Amino acid sequence: MQYLLMAYVNEGAWPKMTKAEQEQGAAAYMAYGEALKKAGVLAGSNRLQPTSTATTVRSTNGKSQVLDGPYVDSKEQLGGYFLIDVPDLDAAISWAARCPASGHGAVEVRPVWSMAA
Amino acid sequence: MNFREGDEQARGTAEAVARRSYGKLVAFLAARSGDVAAAEDALSEAFASALADWPLKGSPSNPEAWLLTVARRKMIDSYRGQRREITGEELQDMAEGLGAAAIAEEIPDQIPDQRLALMFVCSHPAIDASIRAPLILQVILGLDAKAIASAFLMSPAAMGKRLVRAKEKIRQAGIPFRVPEHGELPGRLDAVLDAVYAAFAEGWTDPGGTDAARRDLTEEALFLAYLVTELLPEEPEALGLLALMLHAQARRLARRRADGEYVPLAEQDASLWDSHMIAEAEALLRRASALGSLGRYQLEAALQSAHVDRCRTARANWAEVVRLYDALFEIAGSPVVAINRALAIAELHGAKAALQAMPEVATDARLAEYQPYWAARAELLARMNDYDEARRAYEIAIGLERDPAVRRFLQQRQSALQGF
Repeated sequence: MQYLLMAYVNEGAWPKMTKAEQEQGAAAYMAYGEALKKAGVLAGSNRLQPTSTATTVRSTNGKSQVLDGPYVDSKEQLGGYFLIDVPDLDAAISWAARCPASGHGAVEVRPVWSMAA
Repeated sequence: MNFREGDEQARGTAEAVARRSYGKLVAFLAARSGDVAAAEDALSEAFASALADWPLKGSPSNPEAWLLTVARRKMIDSYRGQRREITGEELQDMAEGLGAAAIAEEIPDQIPDQRLALMFVCSHPAIDASIRAPLILQVILGLDAKAIASAFLMSPAAMGKRLVRAKEKIRQAGIPFRVPEHGELPGRLDAVLDAVYAAFAEGWTDPGGTDAARRDLTEEALFLAYLVTELLPEEPEALGLLALMLHAQARRLARRRADGEYVPLAEQDASLWDSHMIAEAEALLRRASALGSLGRYQLEAALQSAHVDRCRTARANWAEVVRLYDALFEIAGSPVVAINRALAIAELHGAKAALQAMPEVATDARLAEYQPYWAARAELLARMNDYDEARRAYEIAIGLERDPAVRRFLQQRQSALQGF
């Protein structure tokens, strides 16, 4: 089954970190990505630009509304994701627990919609 | 054999199989398809077919295998039905994957018992803790949402919805059907035991046994606790939980007088206790402690054991009781444990020390609506000769109690303070 691990983190913390801390943080994510690759479970991953770059679009009655900013305004924001392919939820949870974001934010685990379900 | 006789016999066989094997058959089907709701539906259709078929053709020699074969066919049919509605190659593969894996396998002569794995699924951390006990009661024992809802003080419609949602989560999130491995077993087993105990405790809130649905629940919960100890005979906490439940069950009759009035432990007639059950509980506890890993349920069972011993021998053992509560508070600290610990301290060091040991509403707001907190406070205040405060605390306790017999008991205690 495929699961999307969504990393929610406090994006305000990143710019406040020293360069050494940023490097260390990035290295942890790199190592995590490598581990996923080595285990043969990684189906895709990306880091996202901060929500200051976000634009939210919504259409009502055929009219599009374009708004500056993220869909939900909260302290912890979606900062990136890992799409993994593992046998079951327990395996997905154990990968989520290794994700650095689970230490300084939270990781939401969502099964990908299976068309037979 | 005429038709009527055959009908009754078939019904009897079906009911016996349902009682003995329902959970086993659901577990077998659900473990293969990952779909608890579909397994339940197919099985209930299979039981309906049995009631139509067995009176005519006679009960089969292996009723469980018969039911599984029919249920399996119903599951294939229902997957095929879905496939017709939603076409596309990918969908077909998925439906076949689910169906084929579930169904192509031969039904073994001895149906493997996967009820334990199913209980771990129902109490998985990804399932909301408050729905785990109802889910186990429904999936393993086949209780309907209405009976479960009444025990958990919830509307049947709301309970039904929550159960459906939980089963959908199991299927869609891909919660695996397996017994956790050694390292993670203790933590995961705690969740199973907590769910079984919750089922028991909800049944137990009707100690008079006047509500048939709830009385049954304590027995069903005991069945589940036995089941866990049979399938995991070396887990001390599982043994401890069963010992705790047997102790509580053993004193059930003594908790009410013939006229229905509530009798506190110290005033119970010990000859009404079920001594076989108590002996069984003691043996389980010894087995558990020999395994050398102490836990919450073993300590709670040990406390029950100490209470029973004190009442039987009239030998005060409050120092031992306080020590057990200390240990319990250490690993499973809760206001409830703190209150009981304070009451034991009252016997050992007096009411003043006990009042100091009581938890406070200021630090835990839930206590304000917790009847035993106010009853314990009232009791301790009365012993300190602070009658006005004691009366006030009884007043609050009485207002919070939902069992009429306990309410009357508290009212008697309160009116005994008159004249002081």
